[in-house]
Amino acid sequence: MADMRTPLSRARGLGSAKKGTEHFWMQRVTALANIPLMMFLVGALVVHAGSDYTTMTGFLGNPFIGVVMLLLIFSACYHMRLGLQVVIEDYIHGEATKLLALIANQFFTLTIAVACALAVAKLVIG
Amino acid sequence: MVEIALPANSKIGKGVAHPAPEEAKQPRTLKIYRWNPDDEQNPRVDSYTIDADDCGPMVLDALIKVKNEIDSTLTFRRSCREGICGSCAMNIDGQNTLACTKGIEEIKGDIAIYPLPHMPVIKDLVPDLSSLYAQYQAIEPWLKTDTPQPQNEWQQSREDREQLDGLYECILCACCSTSCPSYWWNSDKYLGPAVLLQAYRWLADSRDEKTGERLDDLEDPFRVYRCHTIMNCAKACPKGLSPAKAITEIKKMMVAREV
Repeated sequence: MADMRTPLSRARGLGSAKKGTEHFWMQRVTALANIPLMMFLVGALVVHAGSDYTTMTGFLGNPFIGVVMLLLIFSACYHMRLGLQVVIEDYIHGEATKLLALIANQFFTLTIAVACALAVAKLVIG
Repeated sequence: MVEIALPANSKIGKGVAHPAPEEAKQPRTLKIYRWNPDDEQNPRVDSYTIDADDCGPMVLDALIKVKNEIDSTLTFRRSCREGICGSCAMNIDGQNTLACTKGIEEIKGDIAIYPLPHMPVIKDLVPDLSSLYAQYQAIEPWLKTDTPQPQNEWQQSREDREQLDGLYECILCACCSTSCPSYWWNSDKYLGPAVLLQAYRWLADSRDEKTGERLDDLEDPFRVYRCHTIMNCAKACPKGLSPAKAITEIKKMMVAREV
């Protein structure tokens, strides 16, 4: 069936969602946080290259290191969720597929975050 | 869902070649996209070789020469021939620009001319811009005030007037919006660089009293936030403006009222 709505009606659509700024802002805040956190992770991995299992679990079991790791997990997974959401909204145009992909994105990033956080907690608490 | 088949009329065939006149001193070939809605054929690229020595300096001069002397069916928009009306916006040598301000000598080899990308084509080089014009109408591009109309003009300081430099020069040719991948994929909801630059032109106007309402209407994951600062808009603008910068200013205003 031909769409007989006027161009103005189509342009106005359902109106403004009146949100989006928090998404934009948090994507930048987490990006900023990821810079030192990722540098710390890469540095720690380089320093411990070739270390045995006990040294590694001892290092990651340190509560101060654990705090940094948890911050990294939270910031990186939050950033990943926001970024993937943008990719899905950009490229997936079928409404049903888009909704499913957005929900899968929420579940996936949260699962990764919880699994990583649990691993760190196990090492710190023992 | 995933679209595997190309939309109708996406396949471009080889067209007719019109050879150079025998006495041509400086032959230049234009390869022009042709599509006629009436003949139910796929689009084709016709080539026309003209004598650049016997033609004005701009691509628009060459197009007019082709229409006048070789093929009167060639269809394109043009009006002012001096870069102020925006009618002759098209994709020339892979870049959206105005045919009237693009010099023939700036282009090496054959001159490829296509309509503005990713817009429905009405005929040949004429795109259907009605959706873009409706989006422009939707941002209500006029001065909005509650204060009663003053006896004389609405006043503005010299400094406030300068805030509109780099914005008021926009001629709405649509070179920027049709160069933007975000606009290609989501032009039903994303307003695109041209309309957002115009939206900022009213946000930046010190005389306007509806800044908050304007921001409310724009704040949307699709209307504004589809801009990922790709910068094709600034590269394409034949007037040397930066819609990307204007959009960044809109985002800054939105963050400023929230954070």
